[in-house]
Amino acid sequence: MREFNYVITDEIGIHARPAGLLVKEAKNYESKIVISKEGRSAEATKLMALMGLGVKCGETVKVEITGADEDSAYEGMMAFFKENL
Amino acid sequence: MQKFVGKSVYKGIALGPVVVLKNNDFQVKRRKIEDAEAEICRVELAGETAKQQLQGLYDKAVKEVGESSAAICDVHQMMLEDEDYLDAIHNMIRTENVNAEYAVAVTGDNFAEMFASMDDDYMRARAADIKDISNRLIRILLGAEEVDLGSMEPSVIVAEDLSPSETVQMDKEKILAFVTVHGSTNSHTAILARMMNIPALIGVPMDLEQIHTGMKAIVDGFTGEVIFEPTEELCNRAFEQMEEEKEKLQLLQTLKGKETVTKSGKQINLYANIGSVGDIGYVLENDAGGIGLFRSEFLYLGREDFPSEEEQFQAYKQVLQMMAEKKVIIRTLDIGADKQVDYFHLGEEDNPAMGYRAIRICLKQPDIFKTQLRALFRAAVFGNLSIMYPMIISTEEVERIYEIVDEVKRELEKEQIPYKVPEQGIMIETPAAVMISDELAQMVDFFSIGTNDLTQYTLAIDRQNEKLDDFYNPHHKAIMKMIRMVVENAHKYGKWAGICGELGADLDLTEEFVAMGVDELSVAPSMVLKIRKKIREME
Repeated sequence: MREFNYVITDEIGIHARPAGLLVKEAKNYESKIVISKEGRSAEATKLMALMGLGVKCGETVKVEITGADEDSAYEGMMAFFKENL
Repeated sequence: MQKFVGKSVYKGIALGPVVVLKNNDFQVKRRKIEDAEAEICRVELAGETAKQQLQGLYDKAVKEVGESSAAICDVHQMMLEDEDYLDAIHNMIRTENVNAEYAVAVTGDNFAEMFASMDDDYMRARAADIKDISNRLIRILLGAEEVDLGSMEPSVIVAEDLSPSETVQMDKEKILAFVTVHGSTNSHTAILARMMNIPALIGVPMDLEQIHTGMKAIVDGFTGEVIFEPTEELCNRAFEQMEEEKEKLQLLQTLKGKETVTKSGKQINLYANIGSVGDIGYVLENDAGGIGLFRSEFLYLGREDFPSEEEQFQAYKQVLQMMAEKKVIIRTLDIGADKQVDYFHLGEEDNPAMGYRAIRICLKQPDIFKTQLRALFRAAVFGNLSIMYPMIISTEEVERIYEIVDEVKRELEKEQIPYKVPEQGIMIETPAAVMISDELAQMVDFFSIGTNDLTQYTLAIDRQNEKLDDFYNPHHKAIMKMIRMVVENAHKYGKWAGICGELGADLDLTEEFVAMGVDELSVAPSMVLKIRKKIREME
């Protein structure tokens, strides 16, 4: 498993649009990707659960990646967060 | 005639027939079904149809309102593919043997409820999206026709609330205004109204049973009023207002994107004055070249305690990012005199206009000042920032400011926080600053002349005192001479000088200012295009 923490800098947090893009990105990988905040977690491929975390600007999320392509998924997700969130 | 007052989310006047939309409520009945898998299959087919519809709406919206507003259709498509949402519907059908419509309705309500209970305005507003996709599915399952919003005559749309897909599928040429009972300033209705440039009222306490399609209505986005079945007199007045607005709009259209330059080629930087982040929309809408005076007081007013560095940083950064690479001049704290804030504990003063205010507070209480400077320097990395200090009367004050600036730099350096020292200027708003502007010009990057205070201090006239109206001459020679002197002294040392007071927007003086060599005029957003017109007509 690979993981990283990320502090959200987008002003309205993980809102609909980036959440949608995140789901699309996550579906590119075989690995299971779990986003968590303060003990609550959501699979990155599930849009509503992801939005339901209510992640706001300035909050830290943990991204855990497990699976065959976890290395490339790690790189991809890291780049995605930096670019979009 | 019925009149209601709501909250305006976009200004403008509209007059026209009403279309009442009530298609959000479906009578979904619970039925027992035999073949759960067949029912699930119906949901899946409906989902495919819904996605096709949304793709169609998306393509249409991209053309009409742009990619970013159309993105909502894209998000809806993804919501329709959401595993949790679909699993919940499928499970309900399987375990309770209920019909697809019912399962979708209940699941939609549950998910909407989850969003509605979140402690975040933005996410709460997303409950509408869930209801929207659920209603779409139900409509398809029921074989119900969508209300054709594309083929009506130009109308005022009245509804409990509008769903994003409803607003998107409307032909925007045919919408005169939105009036809704619910909705938030973050709602799609509000966002679209701003994009479409039409008046919109939300939170209007009207009873939709009393309002019928075909009624006439006046919507006033300036006052927040909607009048159903207005008198002829009111209609005529509204019509006149609409004509005026139309003229303004035409003026606006022709001058947008044009340079603010005289016929002989002299270029003036034409910026806007604003007092809150919310005003930035007006700045962009009126095509100002930048922000010439951003009153930072908005961060301090109407609260219980000082805004933190982080809070200020985020606000400044947001402003800079929204303005892209355009110039943003933020004036440091100008509290005191007529702007009182309890937690500053400034106390009563016999003569507040000449009292403890603006830079004086900042120099006496450097902690407050340093917090603001830190936030500004950090934000400067994100755009084209300049800052200016208000109420300067001496070179010593500027020296003291620079000492504090150095301290702030050292601290940020030590803490390894990215920062940039922005261009630094001063407000010229005291006769003292005018008289020593040759010395000040050597110390700062620019001058911005605050004519309101400068006039008051020079003429010794309180603008609020009606008894003095006969003595007050806004075009007093003394003021004009002072402005000339300031501009000349600035230019002597290669600095620029602008005007950000009310006089800057005085069309009778524009020509004289340009002739004097004033480099920048910063005016209310609504004045930008009028001044541009004037300057472009000049030799």
